[in-house]
Amino acid sequence: MLYRENGQFKATYVADQQMLPIRQDRIFMLALLAFAFVLVPMFASDYLLRAIIVPFLILSLAALGLNLLTGYCGQVSLGHGAFMAVGAYAAYNFGLRIPELNFLVVLVLGGCTAALVGMLFGIPSLRIKGLYLAVATLAAQFFIDWVFARVKWFTNNSSSGSVSVPDVTMLGFVFDSPERKYLLVLAIVALFALLAKNLVRGHVGRSWMAIRDMDVAAEVIGIRPVYAKLSAFAVSSFYVGVAGALWGFVHLGSWEPLAFNINLSLNLLFMIIIGGLGSIMGSFFGAAFIVILPVLLNQIPAWFGVPLSTAMVSHLEFMIFGALIVFFLIVEPHGLARLWAIGKEKLRLWPFPH
Amino acid sequence: MEKLAKNWQVLALGAVLVAGLFAPLATGASAPGFWVEVVLGGLMTGVLYSLVALGFALIFKASGVFNFAQGAMVLFAALSVARLAEMMPLWAAMAVGIVIMVAFAWLVERLVLRPLVNQEGIALLMATLGVTYFLDGFGQTVWGSDIYEINLGIPKEPVMILERIFDGGILVNKEDFVAAVAAGALVLALALFFQKTSTGRALRAVADDHQAAQSIGIPLNRIWVIVWSIAGIVALVAGVIWGSKLGVQFSLQLIALKALPVVILGGFTSIAGAIVGGLIIGVGEKVAEVFLAPILVKAFDLAGGGIENWFAYVLALLFLLVRPEGLFGEKRIDRV
Repeated sequence: MLYRENGQFKATYVADQQMLPIRQDRIFMLALLAFAFVLVPMFASDYLLRAIIVPFLILSLAALGLNLLTGYCGQVSLGHGAFMAVGAYAAYNFGLRIPELNFLVVLVLGGCTAALVGMLFGIPSLRIKGLYLAVATLAAQFFIDWVFARVKWFTNNSSSGSVSVPDVTMLGFVFDSPERKYLLVLAIVALFALLAKNLVRGHVGRSWMAIRDMDVAAEVIGIRPVYAKLSAFAVSSFYVGVAGALWGFVHLGSWEPLAFNINLSLNLLFMIIIGGLGSIMGSFFGAAFIVILPVLLNQIPAWFGVPLSTAMVSHLEFMIFGALIVFFLIVEPHGLARLWAIGKEKLRLWPFPH
Repeated sequence: MEKLAKNWQVLALGAVLVAGLFAPLATGASAPGFWVEVVLGGLMTGVLYSLVALGFALIFKASGVFNFAQGAMVLFAALSVARLAEMMPLWAAMAVGIVIMVAFAWLVERLVLRPLVNQEGIALLMATLGVTYFLDGFGQTVWGSDIYEINLGIPKEPVMILERIFDGGILVNKEDFVAAVAAGALVLALALFFQKTSTGRALRAVADDHQAAQSIGIPLNRIWVIVWSIAGIVALVAGVIWGSKLGVQFSLQLIALKALPVVILGGFTSIAGAIVGGLIIGVGEKVAEVFLAPILVKAFDLAGGGIENWFAYVLALLFLLVRPEGLFGEKRIDRV
């Protein structure tokens, strides 16, 4: 009864085209942001912030990036873990070699490098699609993994092949505690989510969706596939690169190339399938799901007094992931985001059935 | 001639590959005996790639599903056989393994393919990714996750051959020969099955046109079960051979991923393509690793070679750019 748009008349085009047309949605979003920015850092424990919420936010950003490409533009990528690596290593090298750069600049430069690399590996998408493209991006994954493992310049000649970075510092302010890190990540993720939301509502996003739905028809109505596809690769890789840099700098602190291997790519893909292809909200749902599920799997058996070994838990995790993927593809191909939308629709009509 | 002129990019790529293959020999960078040894080794690995790729091609041909789970099936089959062989003789373990793979095929058809029928290829690909994860977890939960051995009873000591032609002879593994022979027999059996039996004809009919096949009374669902069963059996053979060579362990799956570039190279729908593609990839990456990697390491000051990990994929990527349908594939690729 509370969730209704009755009486909210739109008198201007601006009002008609705004991002959240229903007032209750706007209030909900503001409340959510207030909750995330104020209440969470006040009450969440350090462990919760460090081990769950920060990884969740960064992976959401990465999933969002992949969703722009796969969900909105319809191009499958199995190489986005590698683009995260590009972002992380590029940011590392920019930070290392030009120490006076601000962290935000480093972050954006990392993202831009990832965008360039993403575009390079997106070129095959102009000729091939679907399954073929999946293998082409797999080539990116393995090649980039190898480059960072073997080319010493990228890791600054570190003997073990792993690199480490100091805590993020901005204008003398050190982001050292979990709360500060969380707020930094949250601000960046919120900003990028807002950007993405607007991007997919606009001209660019619509051309992506046209390509996704039917490329020939899109070309006929004057959308150039080259621009649409390469821009999708670029923007998507930029997002993922920024996420990779955050993953390295804020979450891991020190990492080796294995941190960005094929499993990460597959996990990102699972996030957007479970969360919802072609949905900004879905990326967050999916990331939350993938981050929280292993934690729950670790905890639940202990609650019931059946302790499982770590190996067992990881195998069960695999099984449940696999089963869920198939389940979602069959039952709800649009993922959790679709359930969310259905819930909202039901709420609008409640208490009437129609 | 005109056709060749049209395909000059393919020819150029082929020429570069062949030149690369013979370069170490021509420039005298390696002794002829050593070179032959490397190529033979590559061919042997290639046979195993072909076996995995064969499973891919079979399933893609019959159901249009790009089966990402083929690697997981190889691992699962090998794990089953390895663990069962601890309890019973090897032949019985293989028989039970085949039963398990057929049951798996039936379950996949029932639980995954049938509900997803008529979906886009990409949805099916992701579904097989799900199957991959499930099978990995399931296999390791049931059979354990250590490294297991399969003992085929073949001597593993390398033998020297052709000592008279080359200096110092050529070192080959007897096991590799058995593997090659087994793979050849398997391919022959499959070819006979596809060409000579009525089920085989039905399979080919489904591969050509699902709807037409269905309209003349070929039961699609049963055909899919059969195809997945055959792919399962092929996976079992591949798994047992790989497993006896390297030990049954999780990394088998990553090796099996190499079958993806193989099918790209050979063409998704072609059995011959899977075989030839596997051999090309096998030889290519071995020669690249042995002869090209040291040059790269020296030139770029790398921390070690290991270009085997990506060489196959990059080769496939190049191929995709010049000839997306693969060497033997049907020219039916969607273009924009």
